[in-house]
Amino acid sequence: MATRANVDVERLLAHYRTMARIRAFEEAAEAAHKAGQVTGAVHLSIGQEAVAAGVSINLARDDLITTTHRGHGHTIAKGASTAAMMAELFGRATGTCHGKGGSLHIADFTVGMLGANGVVAAGLTIAVGAAHALKLKGMQRVVACFFGDGAVNRGPFLESLNWAKVFELPVLFVCEDNGFAAMTRTRAVSAGPGPAARAESLGVAARTVDGNDVTAVDEAAAELLARVRAGGGPQFLLARTYRLKGHTASDPALYRAASEVEAKRADDPLTRCAELLRLNGVAEGRLAALREEAGREIAAAVAAALAAPWPAAELAWSDVQDAGAGRWS
Amino acid sequence: MELMSYLEAGKAALAAEMRADAAVWALGEDLGRGGVFGQYKGLVEEFGAARIVDTPISEATIMGAAVGAALMGTRPVVEMRFADFALCAVDELVNQAAKARYMFGGQGRVPLVVRQPIGMWRSSAAQHSQSLEGWYAHIPGLVVVCPGTPADNYGLLRSAIRCDDPVVYMEHKDMWGVTGEVELAGAPIPLGKARRVRAGADLTLVSWSGALRAVAAAVELLGERPSVEVIDLRTIYPWDEEMVLSSVRRTGRLLIVHEAVETGGFGAEIAAVAAEELFGVLKAPIRRLAAPRIPIPYAPPLEEICKISPARIVETVRAMVL
Repeated sequence: MATRANVDVERLLAHYRTMARIRAFEEAAEAAHKAGQVTGAVHLSIGQEAVAAGVSINLARDDLITTTHRGHGHTIAKGASTAAMMAELFGRATGTCHGKGGSLHIADFTVGMLGANGVVAAGLTIAVGAAHALKLKGMQRVVACFFGDGAVNRGPFLESLNWAKVFELPVLFVCEDNGFAAMTRTRAVSAGPGPAARAESLGVAARTVDGNDVTAVDEAAAELLARVRAGGGPQFLLARTYRLKGHTASDPALYRAASEVEAKRADDPLTRCAELLRLNGVAEGRLAALREEAGREIAAAVAAALAAPWPAAELAWSDVQDAGAGRWS
Repeated sequence: MELMSYLEAGKAALAAEMRADAAVWALGEDLGRGGVFGQYKGLVEEFGAARIVDTPISEATIMGAAVGAALMGTRPVVEMRFADFALCAVDELVNQAAKARYMFGGQGRVPLVVRQPIGMWRSSAAQHSQSLEGWYAHIPGLVVVCPGTPADNYGLLRSAIRCDDPVVYMEHKDMWGVTGEVELAGAPIPLGKARRVRAGADLTLVSWSGALRAVAAAVELLGERPSVEVIDLRTIYPWDEEMVLSSVRRTGRLLIVHEAVETGGFGAEIAAVAAEELFGVLKAPIRRLAAPRIPIPYAPPLEEICKISPARIVETVRAMVL
C-alpha cells in the first residue's frame, strides 16, 4: 500500500494533520488525567486515529455523527473546537457542554456531533433515530455512527441495523474494531465470524478495511457514503485497528504482553501515513511542522482550560427540565 | 362537549396535535393496525405510514430512535404497549432521553412522549400489570403523567406532546372504556396541576389513575361525614405540592391511595413532604393505601389482594377522622 504512487498528497496531508491533532489531544488528555487536572475517566483513541480521519473527511459540516466513550478523535475530525473539548475534560464553563458532561458526554451540535455516550451501543439507536428524522423531513444529509467491536454483542446493535435496513435510512455504521471490549479480548466473548457478517446477515452491505491505513479507510468510506447519499440505505464499514493504550487512562492493560503492544507500534497509523507521504516526496520538515502546529494548538487548549473558570453553581440547576425544574424534591 | 371514552380521547389528542404540527409523529409496534388496544385505530389512514410508524419489536431502538429524532427537532410519540415492556428501553429513556439536554449543556432538547399503559387489567399477571410511575418520578429530566379521566387524557396528552422535555405518559389499561365529557376545542391541561375532584373539610385524599375509581366509590359510601376532599394528582412529577399542601393545611389529615406498590411508591414522597412541611397542623398520622410488595398474581381472587377496595378506603378514612 505504501508504495503507491497515485496518492492525493494534499488529501493525505489533511489526514496527517487531523491525526496529529487527535494524537496531541489524546496525549495531553492523558497527561492532564495523570496530573489530576482531568478528574473523570478518559478513554483514549491513540492508535485509532485513521478511522476518525478517514471517515470524517467524507462528511460535510451538516452531516451528523454519534460516537462513543472513546470519541475524542471522531469529534475533532468532525470539526469541533479542541479548546472547547479540552475545557470540557477539565470541567470548565468554556467546555462544549459548560463542564456538565465531561469526556463521556462531549457533544457539539454546531458541527453535527450529536453526542458521545457513556453506554456501549447506545449511540446506534440515537443515530438511526436521527437518520429517521432526516428521512421524515426530506433532508439530504447522512449520519455516521461510530461504535466499537464491544458494541456488537449488545442488543441495540442488532435492533439498530435491522431498523436502518427496514426503513432504508441514510446511515453509515462504522465499527472501529480495536480488538478489546473494555478489558477483554472481543474474540474471546464473540461467536461467529464477526461484525461484518452480522451486518450482512441483515442485508446491510459491509466492507472490511485495515483501519490503520487512512487511505484505505478514506476510500472505503467515500464509496459507502456515496451509496448512502444516493439513497442506497445503510452501509457498514468494519475498520480493524488496535488500541495502543488501556481501556481508560487509568488502565495499565496488564492483560496483554508489552511485546504485543511494541509490535503494534510499527503499525501506528501516523507512522504509516508519514511513510506514504515521504514516499510521495513530502519532506520530513513539513510533517514535523504539522506535528508542531498540532502540539501548539493543544498546548494552548490546555492552558486556556486551566485558566478558564469553573461553571457557576446555578448551572447545576439549569437544563434539567422546564416543568419541575431546579428543585430539591 | 362530547361524550367519549378514555381511549378515544387519547386518540383524539394525538390526532389533534398531528394535525397542528407536522413535526409530531408516532412510532411503535402494531400502530398501523390500531395498536394493541385500538388507541391508534384510523390514524394511519389519516396521516400515512411515514408518521404512524410500524416498528419491529425493538423497544430499545423504538425509544433510542425517538431520542435521536427528537434531538433533530421532530416530536415523536412513542408507544411501548405495556409499561412493563418499556423496561427493555430503560437505558434509552433514563440514560439518554432524560439526560441529553443536561449533559450536553443545553445544546439539544428531547421533546418526546412515551406512552406506557399501566395497571391491573383482566388477569394480566406479573409482567403486564405494573404501575411504575414512582420509578420515573425519581429520574431528573422526566415529566410523569397519569391521566384519570377521558377529559384529562385529552388535555394532558396534548400538553405532553407540546412539552419540550421527555414525558412518561401512563394511561391505565382498565380505563380505556371509561367514558366522560371531553371539550375538544378546550385548551390543553397544564402539566403539574392537580384537579380538585371534590371539596371537603375533614381529610385530604390524594390519588391518581385507576385508583380514583375506588376512591369515588368510597366517597359515595361515606356520604357527607366525614367530609373528604379528593385530589386527582394527574401529573406525578412535577406534582402539585401547592394544592395538596394547602388542602392538608385546612383538613389536617392526609390519605394517599395508589395502585402501585406501597414501598417506595410516589405516595411515600407526598407523605414525606407533607410531614416535613405540616407536622404542626396534622391531626392524625398520614396514611397510605397501596399494593403490597408482591408481583401481581394471575388468579382473580389473588389479584384482588393487590387492589385497594372502596371498603378499605372507607375504613381507613373513618379510623383517621375518629
